[in-house]
Amino acid sequence: MKFGYEFIKGLWDENPTFRLVLGMCPTLAVTNAAMNGLSMGLATTFVLVGSNIMVSALKKVIPDEVRIPSYVIIIATFVTIADLALAAFFPEIYRVLGLFIPLIVVNCIILARAEAFAAKNSIGKSALDGLGMGFGFTWALTFLGIIREILGMGSVFGIKLFGEGFVSWIIFILPPGAFLTLGLILGLFNAVLGKKKKAQCS
Amino acid sequence: MGYGNLVVSSSPHIRSEETVQRIMIDVIIALLPATAASVYFFGMRALAITLTGIIAAVAAEAAIQKIRNKPVTINDGSAVITGLLLALTLSPAMPLWMVAVGAVVAIGIGKQVYGGLGSNPFNPALVGRAFLVVTFPVHMTTWVSPVDGVTSATPLGLLKMEGIKTGYMELFIGNVGGSLGETSALLLILGGLYLLYRGIIDWRIPAFYLGTVAVMTMVLGGDPIFHLFSGGLMLGAFFMATDMVTTPVTKMGKIIFGVGAGILVVIIRLYGGYPEGVLFSILLMNTFTPIIEKYTRPKIYGEVKR
Repeated sequence: MKFGYEFIKGLWDENPTFRLVLGMCPTLAVTNAAMNGLSMGLATTFVLVGSNIMVSALKKVIPDEVRIPSYVIIIATFVTIADLALAAFFPEIYRVLGLFIPLIVVNCIILARAEAFAAKNSIGKSALDGLGMGFGFTWALTFLGIIREILGMGSVFGIKLFGEGFVSWIIFILPPGAFLTLGLILGLFNAVLGKKKKAQCS
Repeated sequence: MGYGNLVVSSSPHIRSEETVQRIMIDVIIALLPATAASVYFFGMRALAITLTGIIAAVAAEAAIQKIRNKPVTINDGSAVITGLLLALTLSPAMPLWMVAVGAVVAIGIGKQVYGGLGSNPFNPALVGRAFLVVTFPVHMTTWVSPVDGVTSATPLGLLKMEGIKTGYMELFIGNVGGSLGETSALLLILGGLYLLYRGIIDWRIPAFYLGTVAVMTMVLGGDPIFHLFSGGLMLGAFFMATDMVTTPVTKMGKIIFGVGAGILVVIIRLYGGYPEGVLFSILLMNTFTPIIEKYTRPKIYGEVKR
């Protein structure tokens, strides 16, 4: 029950993108197409799970004073693995995401989960937390990517949805479209959850 | 006993006749000549675009306020003006559904997300136009000549791309390619003067805005008269840069706003990628409005100079 919650919470209640609003840089930068959002999310999930397990395993060894640099080194190790693996096996995706893969190092979700969760919990719980947070991040990015790709290019995962007459809304594949889409979804999330909370109170 | 007709209320006790509605009606009156001219020059298409803009803006305002359980304020006329101003900045060749999209964005993202009239940091009509410029760049820059109805460039576009200059008289009367409301400088100035006479707008922003553009172009070797009367400068100077909500309230602040916007227009027009810079000059200066107001706040009576 408790273990299950560590996984579930990242998907909705504590969704990193829509509830914690962490890791905005990749969220805004790479969601111009559904595929990019999905691959970015999965790469981040890999790093999250790996670093959470490592941090949890080493939590007794790492002195408190140097924990942040230690976490960053652990995270950087996994990011390098992800970076090289993507470059070797998925050169297409690697070319599109480019610089944003190494930048996973500075994604605040990963450091936040290491500091706030993995450093205090068992390895099993930390792994589930990393997986849940990672999948929460992945579906959020893919969702944003789908919306932006439909409006901006008229396709989903590269499959054309409309006929020739479709006029693409170019703003949605440009940076301002990322802010607009994310802002509107955040507003919607807050409106829906706010209503739920009010109903629970009364 | 006997005091029944006394009303207890908080201040202010002296109220002005001026209401939001009254101001908005004046602005609409001031825009009518330019709107009529656009219909004269571009035909029924211009009327259709204008009506689409207005209806979509008002409908969006009503719908959003309904959804959010806020009082519906479409009667104050501010949404009408947003729709009308947006329509006046669009090309007569624009598909109608795009006009509606622009109006919905102008009201939704430009105004209502911030809490409605009075809370928006940016001019809603310009937000709508900026959205359309980035979203549909091809449609937003396809202009039609009012003379023969053939696709043509705007005077500013002609100058930038081909070095052709349009005559002063044509610019002044408005018989040139361009968006609905920006072609006739004469009628826009008339509308602006009416607003000045009614005390709706302050002379400082348009005067310093236009003055800066004239001086800057002269200094940089451009043609000041051409730049004053072409593009959306007159529309922007009198109707958009004077928006009460999004521009400074202090006298000094208005001067700074006008000069800043003027400098930006000239830089964008002469050196930028876009032929026209009025839209972005006003939006950029809108972002500076809070800081301008902070530093130009008049001294409180009795305060000691430090």
